[in-house]
Amino acid sequence: MKPTITGQPLARIDGHAKVTGAARYSAEVQISGVAYGVLVTSACARGRILAIETNDAEREPGVLAVITPKNALRLPDTKVPENDRVVQVLQDDRIVYSNQPVALVVAETLEGAMHAALLVKVHEEKEPATVRLDDEIKNAFEPEPQSASGKKSADQVRGDPARGLREAAMRIDETYQTPYETHNPLEPHATTAVWNGPDRLTVYDATQGVFGVRKKLAKMFALPTGNVRVLTKFVGGGFGCKGTPWSHVILAALAAKQVGRPVKLVLTRPQMFGMVGGRPLTRQRLSVGANKQGKLTALRHESVSTTSRFDDFLEPAASVSRHSYACENMATSHRLVRLDIATPTYMRAPGEATGGFALESAIDELAHALKMDPLALRLASYAETDPTEDKPFSSKSLRKCYAEGARRFGWAWNKRSPARADGMLVGVGMATSSYPAYFSKAEALARMLPDGTALVTSGAVDLGGGTYTVMSQVAADAIGLPMDRVRFDLGDSEMPEAPRSGGSQTAASCASAVLLAGRALRDKLVRMAVADAGSPLLGARPDEVLIENGRMTANGRTDSFADVVKRAGGAPVEERARAGPDEARKKWSLHSFGAQFVEVLVDPDLGHVRVKRLVGVFAGGRILNARLARSQLMGGMVWGIGMALHEETVYDEKIGRIMTRDLADYHVPAHADVQVIEPYFIEEEDVHVDPAGVKGIGEIGITGTAAAIANAVFNATGKRVRSLPITPDKLL
Amino acid sequence: MRHFTFERAKSVDEAVKGGAQPEAAFLAGGTSLVDLMKLEVLTPLRIVDVSRLDLQKIEARTGGLVLGALATNTDVALHPEVRRRLPALAEALLSGASPQLRNAATVGGNLLQRTRCAYFRDLATLCNKRTPRSGCDALEGWTRMHAILGGSNQCIAAHPSDMCVALAAFDARVKVRGPQGEREIALTDFHLLPEQHPDREFALSPGELVISVFVPTTAAAARSRYVKVRDRASYAFALVSCAAGLELSGGTSGRIIREARVALGGVGTKPWRSIEAERALAGQPPTKDSFRKAAELLLAGAQPRRDNAFKVELAKRTMVRALTLAAEGA
Repeated sequence: MKPTITGQPLARIDGHAKVTGAARYSAEVQISGVAYGVLVTSACARGRILAIETNDAEREPGVLAVITPKNALRLPDTKVPENDRVVQVLQDDRIVYSNQPVALVVAETLEGAMHAALLVKVHEEKEPATVRLDDEIKNAFEPEPQSASGKKSADQVRGDPARGLREAAMRIDETYQTPYETHNPLEPHATTAVWNGPDRLTVYDATQGVFGVRKKLAKMFALPTGNVRVLTKFVGGGFGCKGTPWSHVILAALAAKQVGRPVKLVLTRPQMFGMVGGRPLTRQRLSVGANKQGKLTALRHESVSTTSRFDDFLEPAASVSRHSYACENMATSHRLVRLDIATPTYMRAPGEATGGFALESAIDELAHALKMDPLALRLASYAETDPTEDKPFSSKSLRKCYAEGARRFGWAWNKRSPARADGMLVGVGMATSSYPAYFSKAEALARMLPDGTALVTSGAVDLGGGTYTVMSQVAADAIGLPMDRVRFDLGDSEMPEAPRSGGSQTAASCASAVLLAGRALRDKLVRMAVADAGSPLLGARPDEVLIENGRMTANGRTDSFADVVKRAGGAPVEERARAGPDEARKKWSLHSFGAQFVEVLVDPDLGHVRVKRLVGVFAGGRILNARLARSQLMGGMVWGIGMALHEETVYDEKIGRIMTRDLADYHVPAHADVQVIEPYFIEEEDVHVDPAGVKGIGEIGITGTAAAIANAVFNATGKRVRSLPITPDKLL
Repeated sequence: MRHFTFERAKSVDEAVKGGAQPEAAFLAGGTSLVDLMKLEVLTPLRIVDVSRLDLQKIEARTGGLVLGALATNTDVALHPEVRRRLPALAEALLSGASPQLRNAATVGGNLLQRTRCAYFRDLATLCNKRTPRSGCDALEGWTRMHAILGGSNQCIAAHPSDMCVALAAFDARVKVRGPQGEREIALTDFHLLPEQHPDREFALSPGELVISVFVPTTAAAARSRYVKVRDRASYAFALVSCAAGLELSGGTSGRIIREARVALGGVGTKPWRSIEAERALAGQPPTKDSFRKAAELLLAGAQPRRDNAFKVELAKRTMVRALTLAAEGA
């Protein structure tokens, strides 16, 4: 049956609960007898804890415990699961980055714990440390293949890039830099841990994936996985920094065990700078050559990014060059540099956002050098098949995105636009967007209740993008019910397993599982009806049964889901389904694509850049809900404005400490920075990507944006800014 | 937050008495004080709430405006006489903070606003302003937001206020009342240079409470503008800002500056008024050349650091822009 609800621009079903405050976020969970935990963090970037004076804190009324490496419960296992981040959980006296947890105060009240935490005196023995890339770049190393880059090797070569560059009519060889950034979701990280007996643990956590939290807690506390339950009903933004469980999650559980009370631990805003990851700094060299017609003859993309001393996170910045343009001679490489910083992590299109800035800036530089329309240059090397993997794309509508974007924007590339009457310089720019279509194993359970309503569950997490809503839409269509008779629930590790909400994969993975489970349930109910002596449909062929609004019709006779369940004894009828990538999927290169066009105004004297209009056209497979999709794309484009103009996590290089630790010093776009944002999408029918036909749109909005803005700034001013963010000082 | 006692003053006299006690602090809008108390950068033992005192009034008199210490930033910025007679002040206020903060923040509180130096706010770093003679990590640290004028070897924290820049340019005087009675302090004397005592920021004695601010509204004030350059379009502290006012004489072809007023924000350890630049402008034609020369003069003594060297040029350009806008008229 053709979907009728899926795709509709419905308002989010949890919207009312959110704006009225009825939606309970993780820090708001009410648990009786809860105590409050507040972290004490390190001042230096590297060293040893010599001593911690806890007397003053312990004397404060209401303080239950001051937990330090000296008295902290020993964890049965300090190793973290594979592909998970190393944490600092008071098991030793090492300091490996500034702002690392070194003690935890637990008290009867939050205020009491906060004050006591400031009374804890930590004596540190500092060791030489550095947070400067240049100090350690000589020790750059080739990282192991990582899951963030699709387990691809760090270096790839195809053809002969050196020759391609030699033979090029025009060459660009430039270095681009993207700064450290910090996710800063509005909702802070928050964990409430409750022990139900010595070996059963329930945790309410602000996370992007309940199963990852369960796995890590079970491992580190040596519990059977089934003894740990993790719940997350609403998340106020994650952007990657809630993708893996960090130190505070383990510490909340540790503290709860140690004091014998449920413990709630919420990070302060300054504590969210470092401890929970951030985007690493990248330095990328792009060498690009083209013939006179603008056809690429060589593309070399070398990226260096930073990581901590104790864990490897690779920002796969050069990966974007592997799939973007048709080019015979291509080389991409990644190197890591260890510094005395906290481990970075996935942030808003890791790789594509940073790499896309460098690649799409270089392409623009090349077009300018060739005096060519940058859009025409991109079309001259349009990749009809994946240039690295020699595979066809499962679907690719980038040509349409370019054309539609250019039309809507009114793209006319004719050198400089004249300055306005008020002296403001006007510039236009564009860039390509792309993001891989990830699809991971997911399960869902669909259950028909005797009242004819369905409950569908999958342990995914709704980061705010609208998972509750779109899954209800998919389930309604799959089962054959109207929206108001389907309830979709998520965010509980007791539910069928779903992947972490990261990599823009939840819609694809979870919707596929929900689709399959919903259809299986529908088919089961039909089979039950036609075999049921009490049903008017007895004897009908299942394939001749039509389903609408919970009613089954065949040969002029009808039965309802509710009646089938009731006649069968009234116990819910359920079906479980699993979706996941298969061998056939490997034959395809799977990506979402898009194009962004931007107009900027630049104050020629004072250097201020204003993004006046940003138009993006994206193709991400099937769109499950046009309204929510638009919002997500818009949000991604706003991230892009922040990346281009504002966001930067600044270290004091002498003391190795992040100094932009609040939202006054760490800038994200304010309302006034966001003018006209126009996201559009091209719908695609992609039968290869996953059963739901979804390619994911959670992150593509930020890819290419920073380059489009930088390109527009160049168009306006003639100044090429190769190091983000583009702050006024860089344009003086 | 450290424990404190709380009392609500019913009269100015009562407030002054409470404020003169050891480790007391006045609470008005609370937008700065409460924030710093939560961080325990400030740890007063006694909070004297002055927010209910009858000091909200904004009065337009011949010759000047009287701004009550408890008039909110919003009320001052939107007052028709302020907008007409001292547009730079309205613009300065509207360029600061957010509507929510401006609705709570007061004239008196803004005068007493503390620096946004990231080191001042971080107990894990060294700060002479927070703990006298303990050292300053900012000097060799991240200095993008720091002052290039008026710093010392003890402190280079920039003064964060927009309002005070406009008030400094136009000869505002602060009326305070303390245990010894009332007195007036010129706004340019109200804030102290850090020198060897960056912990001492205000020319106030214990217990002295700001009552009101008087700003003479001259011809230059009526032809005034405020320009603020920042890292985003709204809700950011100034990289550089400039309040400028001009009184012009002569016809449209041969106009001459009779009197100029200039003060800079974001670059000084206090609101940076420059009498020298104003004198240089007097008698000159209101052209970009004269403006630029005055700006060069003002910034001649700038002492930039690694991350804020750009402020020298940016300050000159901002000053030229503000003076140009002032010359063009509202």
